[in-house]
Amino acid sequence: MMHKLTKAALAFNGLGRCFIIEKHVPAVKIIRRGLVSAEHGDDSAKNEVYDVIISGGGMVGSAMACSLGMDPNLVGKKILLLEAGNKKVMDKVPDTYSTRVSSISPGSATLLSGVGAWEHITKMRCKPYKKMQVWDACSDALITFDKENLQDEMAYIVENDIVVAALTKQLDSLSDNVKVKYRSKVVKYTWPMPHHAADSIPWVQVTLANGETLQTKLLIGADGPNSMVRRELGIPTVKWNYDQSAVVAVLHLSEPTENNVAWQRFLPTGPIAMLPLSDTESSLVWSTSHRLAEELLELDEESFVDAINSAFWSNENQSELIETAGSLFRGALSTIMPSAGSPRQLPPSVAGIGPKTRVMFPLGMGHASEYIRHRVALIGDAAHRVHPLAGQGANLGFGDVACLTQLLSQAAFNGKDLGAMQHLLEYETERQRHNLPMMAAIDLMKRLYSTNAAPVVLLRTFGLQATNMLPALKEQIMAFASK
Amino acid sequence: MYSNKFNCLMLGLYSRNRSAVCGLVQSAPGRSGFSWTAVCKQRSLKLQRSACLERQHHPMPCQISTRSASQTTVDPDEVRRFQSLASKWWDEQGDFAALHAMNDLRVPFIRDNLLNVHRARHPGKPLAGLRILDVGCGGGLLTEPLGRLGANVLGIDPVEDSIYTAQLHASYDPDLSDRVSYQACTLEELSSEEKEEQGADQFDAVVASEVVEHLADLETFAFCCNQALKPGGSLFITTINKTNLSYALGIVVAEQLLRIVPSGTHDWEKFISPVELERLLESNGFSVQSVQGMLYNPVSGAWSWTNSTAINYALHAVKHRDDPQPDRAEERSPRPEDHTAATHS
Repeated sequence: MMHKLTKAALAFNGLGRCFIIEKHVPAVKIIRRGLVSAEHGDDSAKNEVYDVIISGGGMVGSAMACSLGMDPNLVGKKILLLEAGNKKVMDKVPDTYSTRVSSISPGSATLLSGVGAWEHITKMRCKPYKKMQVWDACSDALITFDKENLQDEMAYIVENDIVVAALTKQLDSLSDNVKVKYRSKVVKYTWPMPHHAADSIPWVQVTLANGETLQTKLLIGADGPNSMVRRELGIPTVKWNYDQSAVVAVLHLSEPTENNVAWQRFLPTGPIAMLPLSDTESSLVWSTSHRLAEELLELDEESFVDAINSAFWSNENQSELIETAGSLFRGALSTIMPSAGSPRQLPPSVAGIGPKTRVMFPLGMGHASEYIRHRVALIGDAAHRVHPLAGQGANLGFGDVACLTQLLSQAAFNGKDLGAMQHLLEYETERQRHNLPMMAAIDLMKRLYSTNAAPVVLLRTFGLQATNMLPALKEQIMAFASK
Repeated sequence: MYSNKFNCLMLGLYSRNRSAVCGLVQSAPGRSGFSWTAVCKQRSLKLQRSACLERQHHPMPCQISTRSASQTTVDPDEVRRFQSLASKWWDEQGDFAALHAMNDLRVPFIRDNLLNVHRARHPGKPLAGLRILDVGCGGGLLTEPLGRLGANVLGIDPVEDSIYTAQLHASYDPDLSDRVSYQACTLEELSSEEKEEQGADQFDAVVASEVVEHLADLETFAFCCNQALKPGGSLFITTINKTNLSYALGIVVAEQLLRIVPSGTHDWEKFISPVELERLLESNGFSVQSVQGMLYNPVSGAWSWTNSTAINYALHAVKHRDDPQPDRAEERSPRPEDHTAATHS
């Protein structure tokens, strides 16, 4: 079943550029049995056994720890969060913005406020935005998303550091239930044998760099796109590199503006996005080929700013054919739906960038064909990794957190062993059903907009314009992305 | 197969040491003595075809210790079969898959009915402070979830190997090993121990899940349950109805065709209908609170609640608060229909 999903994902994406399937084990039974030999221990049974260990203290891992720690049905359970880095305390919010930001959907904001972290975030720094404009470089087509009458916020731009700091602060207040070990790197995982091997230890064993061995009934892998948990389990992963890197920077706008719009333009080399941070500053996420990305990093500040402005403003990629066709489509559509559609607005111009803030990182797509094993679950980027063009990466992870917490809570209320497969399978099914279509859509968008071949451009122009004219469809898209 | 084992042990104990077992004779001579004799006679006739009957004809001296009982009453073939099965309790996809799946129904059933009476004071451990007895616990499939919910659970089962498996499984979990304990004995033995220690009426709840259809003497069972419970305590039973449908689906389909349970597990004659069970319990000092049908879907491997009690059902009864002892005047003159009901075998 899982392999059918893998193959389907592959088939969906047609050729795929360079994908690597890590390990291909034919019989599902063998996979499900667990791998490395378990150890026989006489006195290990007396050692403390944690109920849940979460490996990885990033945004998603910390959110998982808070979420479990605050659940009423999990009171009294022993929960541990392992983070290889240092504790991220933020007593005072730094004056400069950091480059890595995330778009937090209303669904994720609900989760974060449920665990008590949203309060800290709003006190520190976050920027709600009310509208999003996405348009093509090769044609006039555009689509705008906004809530009715611009009253409600669509989503929030928050720096990743602030999210982690807020969650860390919340974890401090949950120290009875949830312990956190910083600077603890995991060197080895030992998986339990199948249950009818009577003599071995039935728990997952986690060995740290300092020699400590911990046991747990459930291991949650939140250790990012290069997850060690996933690798050690040998879970087949569909992944490919996009041959693209993202350049991120903090931009200073030419003049202060209300700045509550998120802008994204699809260039043939990749999408460029400007996300509001404050009235005077925005965050840049420019996904482009590796070569161009390196060039961009090497430009001096002025040239870099020019490149950004030109990317957003210039129309050189448009051919006459496309322009004519575009206006024809628009004319035709406006006879059907005269009131829909919106005029194209231009993003604010950029005057400078924040000091030393230009960074690049490679982009890729990854999806674990299984999210779970006996006593193990993967959440966040460890299970799925997407292109940033839709701003969904963190939100998918928070969605995993919400789903898994709810299932574990119910399982605990039914007296179940937290590592049992039954509810873990439910988690996997529910999240794969949600994540796969989203990931396929994002990948499709990326491929669709990666070319300036006329037929494709015409197709996407028409598609975008049509979608822009259908408020019902746009609402559906927003609802799906907001979960 | 379990049914035979239970029969042998129960009957073996009765025929050998009637006076010593459970102290029941002392406490309620008229009723118990009568029904036991009749039961034993009925049982011995009934079990002509059972292999272990041969041993019953030679009453052997034995103490009421479980070790000797199992060594003398049980057919070595049975023991071997149990030993091989004992390790399979915890294989969730194995022979006991249906029982594992049944936890989805019976744990909430027990938990919610207990919470109706005892308000939950401890979030995370809703059953904290309650003492529960799990009769016929087997490998501890139901005992462990109840322990995880915070209750102090004692699981008893006459089959030693099952108890050993249960103890081993629970020993790995430090959370459970404080609250969950096991004993290889029968309900009657436990009652007698409790009586001796003067600690009768110990448990807040008694659970007998998928056990009643394997028992020889339901009267005694109901009586012992009554003895073991505090006034107002709850009795939870899940068992199989005695209908044509339960024969067709519960035995023919489940055992022979689909092999959901190992063949020979159930004997249709031992099934009891909810009405009869209710009557039995009410005449033993219980008041039946609810009866609910359960349905197993072999395709999905999941149980669900259903309106029809035609096959499986769950029953919740509460021991009367003001009258802990069964009504003796009523029992002294046996009524034929009660007699037949109790010895329905």
